[in-house]
Amino acid sequence: MKVDRQTVEHIAELAKLQLSETEIERFAEQLSDILNYAERLQELDTDAIPPTASVLPLSNVLRADSAQPSLPRDEALANTADQAEGQFRVEAVLDDSSD
Amino acid sequence: MLTDLTLTDAQEKLRSGAITSVELTQQHLERIQTIDPDVKAYLTLTENQALAAADQADQRRQQGDDTPLLGIPLAIKDVLMTKAVQTTCGSRILEGFLPPYTGTAVQNLFDMGVVMLGKTNVDEFAMGSSTENSGYGVTHNPWDLDRVPGGSSGGSAAAVAAHMALGALGTDTGGSVRQPGSFCGVCALKPSYGRVSRYGLIAFASSLDQIGVFGRTVEDMAVLLGAIAGHDPRDSTSMDLPVPDYRAGLTGDVHGLRVGVPKEYFIEGIQPEVEQTIRAAIDQFVTLGADIREITLPHTDYALPTYYLIAPAEASANLARFDGVRYGPRQSQGAMWPTYKATRGQGFGAEVKRRIMLGTYALSAGYYDAYYLKAQKVRTLIRQDFDRAFEAVDIILSPTAPTTAFRIGEKVDDPLQMYLSDVFTLPANLAGIVGASIPCGFDRAGLPIGLQIMGPAFDEPTVLRAAHAYQHATDWHTRRPTL
Repeated sequence: MKVDRQTVEHIAELAKLQLSETEIERFAEQLSDILNYAERLQELDTDAIPPTASVLPLSNVLRADSAQPSLPRDEALANTADQAEGQFRVEAVLDDSSD
Repeated sequence: MLTDLTLTDAQEKLRSGAITSVELTQQHLERIQTIDPDVKAYLTLTENQALAAADQADQRRQQGDDTPLLGIPLAIKDVLMTKAVQTTCGSRILEGFLPPYTGTAVQNLFDMGVVMLGKTNVDEFAMGSSTENSGYGVTHNPWDLDRVPGGSSGGSAAAVAAHMALGALGTDTGGSVRQPGSFCGVCALKPSYGRVSRYGLIAFASSLDQIGVFGRTVEDMAVLLGAIAGHDPRDSTSMDLPVPDYRAGLTGDVHGLRVGVPKEYFIEGIQPEVEQTIRAAIDQFVTLGADIREITLPHTDYALPTYYLIAPAEASANLARFDGVRYGPRQSQGAMWPTYKATRGQGFGAEVKRRIMLGTYALSAGYYDAYYLKAQKVRTLIRQDFDRAFEAVDIILSPTAPTTAFRIGEKVDDPLQMYLSDVFTLPANLAGIVGASIPCGFDRAGLPIGLQIMGPAFDEPTVLRAAHAYQHATDWHTRRPTL
């Protein structure tokens, strides 16, 4: 598996990561190495093997649907770089010049 | 020096009134001031809070309170949320973050009157095996300052090894408690997945992450585990099972214990002195009356690639929350997507970016089945290996890591080589079972070697009993670095 520059740029776009030129080149090489190493999993026949998403014998852990105390708004907002009217403020979403 | 006490000895002395928590805490803070400029185990020191907590603990004791951990000074890994105390995960993307609440495991300790000395250094978001990936500088191994302490809980392991805390909390996703425990010559335990609540642990790989403990003795670890284990309604993956009295189970007796030695863990590339030392530790178990059997865990060789698909995939999803909107510095670009990209591009270090890229790739359209789903299926095979093994044996012994601590800088440019230092620890995370590491000897350079003891899920008592019996018969755990 050879990860080329174009793939690295595509993945970085999906992951919303700005990468430098050096990083793009280095990741192309390193991701190729790691994925080549991972190729060895293909040696195993797993057609009849169920996947493990969790090791615990649990499913649908629910609690009673009742109101409970939650974080006060000012504490939830205390770490943000920008807030307005009791809300997190983000920059323009629709004015997207990146792609 | 009160810093030379074990946690359980300190408990006795506090209880008898021979020492106060304020004295104990002050001596730890003094030692940190003296030697941490060389070791750099702590990212944040909470001196004032520690002294206030110690004073409060002493007052509680005067009023007749005898809570087991009352007044005990500990170190906390900086991926565990602590209210109003900076929590960075070793990442610049969380610089200045003051959590609005404390996670359950740490809160349980606080409620018992534990004194937090500070937050310890980590590989960024717990991704690494050397603590070199921290955005805030490198931690040094107390046995040789030119070497790494292991990782990702390297700060916690180094703090306990250098007597800058009586014990510590770490987290273990693929070996991040056990491997630094091995490199720093201290005892380390990764409990079963689901044994300790992960609420307030900033997530790396949610199906693998587990909070663990460090101590200078197995007894100390048993006390710490008892304090943090148990069900938490805030973590749906914490199991509602009774918490045994771990300390009471340390009988020193392993007669007839069935001990498995997996041939796949004695591979080419393992440092010869590590293998010799582990073989000698196994012989010690024979002397103690255990029944040793060679076993096979046939899919061991596939654990590393399986882990390095599953953990990055989960990480890529978990770390999507770091976008500069709710916490951390924001790199404003005038529009949302460019701001996200710049914030994440500048806030994350190389290893975190590499794993986000790898995980995003493994989950992306066209590759999901070949990589992520395939890895989840192989994970089942690895679990089945352990299920079968534990039908025949009670515990499994192996090296914790293939080598002793390596030099700072030695592996930073070669991610695959770095990943290989977790080759013996990550199967336990994939299977969700118990894994401990205890000191069992030294190499010629005087660096500690760790013996890994694995046991079935939720059988911490047997793993701790075996570890304690070994420790009772040997004195490796009493050796300390000179600093």
